[in-house]
Amino acid sequence: MLNFLGKRILQLIPTLFFVSVLIFLLQHLLPGDPALVMAGEERDPAVIAQIRQQYRLDQPIPVQYFYWVKGIASGDFGESLRIKVPVRELIAQKLPVTMQLASMAIVIAFLIGIPAGIVSAVKRGTVWDYGANLFALWGISTPNFWLGIMLIFLFSIELGWLPASGYVPLSENWRASLASTIMPAFVLGNAIAAILMRHTRSAMLQVLESDYVRTARAKGLSERTVILKHAMRNALTPIITLGALEFGTLLSGAVLTEQIFSVPGFGKLIVDAVFNRDYAVVQGVVLVTATIYITLNLIADIAYILVNPRLRG
Amino acid sequence: MTDAVIVTSVIAVNDELETPARRALRRLFARKGAVVGLVVIMAFIALAVFAPLIGPYDPVATSWALVRKPPSALHWFGTDDLGRDILSRVIFGARASLVAGAIAVGIALSIGVPFGLLAGYRGGFVDALIGRITDAMLACPFLILAIALAAFLGPSLGNAMIAIGISTTPVFIRLTRGQTISVKVEDYVEAARAIGNPPWRIALFHILPNILPALLVQATLSIAAAIIAEAALSFLGLGQQPPSPSWGSMLNSAQRFLTNAPWMALWPGFAIFLVVLSFNLIGDGLRDALDPRSR
Repeated sequence: MLNFLGKRILQLIPTLFFVSVLIFLLQHLLPGDPALVMAGEERDPAVIAQIRQQYRLDQPIPVQYFYWVKGIASGDFGESLRIKVPVRELIAQKLPVTMQLASMAIVIAFLIGIPAGIVSAVKRGTVWDYGANLFALWGISTPNFWLGIMLIFLFSIELGWLPASGYVPLSENWRASLASTIMPAFVLGNAIAAILMRHTRSAMLQVLESDYVRTARAKGLSERTVILKHAMRNALTPIITLGALEFGTLLSGAVLTEQIFSVPGFGKLIVDAVFNRDYAVVQGVVLVTATIYITLNLIADIAYILVNPRLRG
Repeated sequence: MTDAVIVTSVIAVNDELETPARRALRRLFARKGAVVGLVVIMAFIALAVFAPLIGPYDPVATSWALVRKPPSALHWFGTDDLGRDILSRVIFGARASLVAGAIAVGIALSIGVPFGLLAGYRGGFVDALIGRITDAMLACPFLILAIALAAFLGPSLGNAMIAIGISTTPVFIRLTRGQTISVKVEDYVEAARAIGNPPWRIALFHILPNILPALLVQATLSIAAAIIAEAALSFLGLGQQPPSPSWGSMLNSAQRFLTNAPWMALWPGFAIFLVVLSFNLIGDGLRDALDPRSR
């Protein structure tokens, strides 16, 4: 176990290195001189020269990379070119908003996906199974921005039940906060619910055919006990780690969902930064999401070993 | 007992007579979902190819007299904020979506498969290096990577396809590598090596044909994801540029007129949904049809 963990963490170092190189090189993909692009409308040679010096653009790329990484290691992600605020502050401000959305989405995904998966496995071949599979196909195939627009039309414009856009922090007013985030959270959770449903179904089908479930049934336990106590517990452990891995899907989804519902989170931050050509912000946001994703992957791996005694050894 | 033996041997003979590709096709066509998916995709391909013949109006012709008219006998899907016919735009929009899905996945396959073969066949340092780069790319959420790439490359449909293709590549590297590792220890690969075939020949003619089924399934599902991604980039203004019709950018303008002209949002979204659903159905069907375990 410790051996495995050590190896796993050692593997992270080159991965993180390549992530940082990848993100750093994004800026150099751009045709032309980055200093000119950063200067934007400004055509004053003195300003451009100053930018070139400030960002060390006059030095070789490996040197630029070294200083960039050095800055990040000490928590300095650079400064937003557009609004002259440290990128770190922007991230600290926007991340909690997206985290709230993401946590609500995960809860919704688990609440829908797991029961649907269990029911469709237990009632295999029935209308229930058919319905749950249709739901999963629908969830995987619906573009979340379209679903968001349709929900706004139904619940905000037609029925007037929920606000169409905006965000209220949880600390300010929890009711208003939930009202402003429930639609985007559902849009985000919906696709993940579909994925969870499919995995839960196949895991349950496998477990239901196993010897210990047959034994439990042979002992004369009620079907309810067999499913809820014996089958479910074993089928769900891999599903819970899967939930952690779906975090990447969540963040990708948040980009458009936040755009549609005007939620000032991480996704909106990166889209705005992309349009303002605010490279420091884009790089910072991508780097932070990748690091969160890698960390969650690690936690999922560890959790998987902890709950699976056969892998502990 | 004897009956059972006879029956299995008859099935075995039938199986031998049938080529694997033909068997997979037969099994694919036995699945209703996959057949529905295939029919819908064929229909959309026909729409895209024959758009100028099928589309009732010019998709970019604006008309101030027809701004945001609800669906009618003349304009079945209604008109948009510039008086353009939505049905025609949905029909022409199929071009951008289908082409983007196919080309993005083509890019991902043509980069991902060679690198996956190399990593899986060579092993060692090459494998470790390619593996870590793949991990790094997979650590950046798919759409965020695609948006960042598209933004840095500049907004256009071509660049969106490249961005989506590159973002899809690591999935194919990882899949090809894994499949290669499990296939390269098979006897027929050993035999090919024993008679002195060079590595590239073994990879191309002995390993690749045997991992094609897995690649085909993943490619189909990836086309679905790529089409959603293209719509997403166009929605954000990073894909197909106006006035050329694309489903994603149609949804973008529709959002501003949701109160007065909800029909603008309905049809392009429904078109994306139908195409993506169909590719998912085909992908699921192919997976079942090509899986030796479910034979």
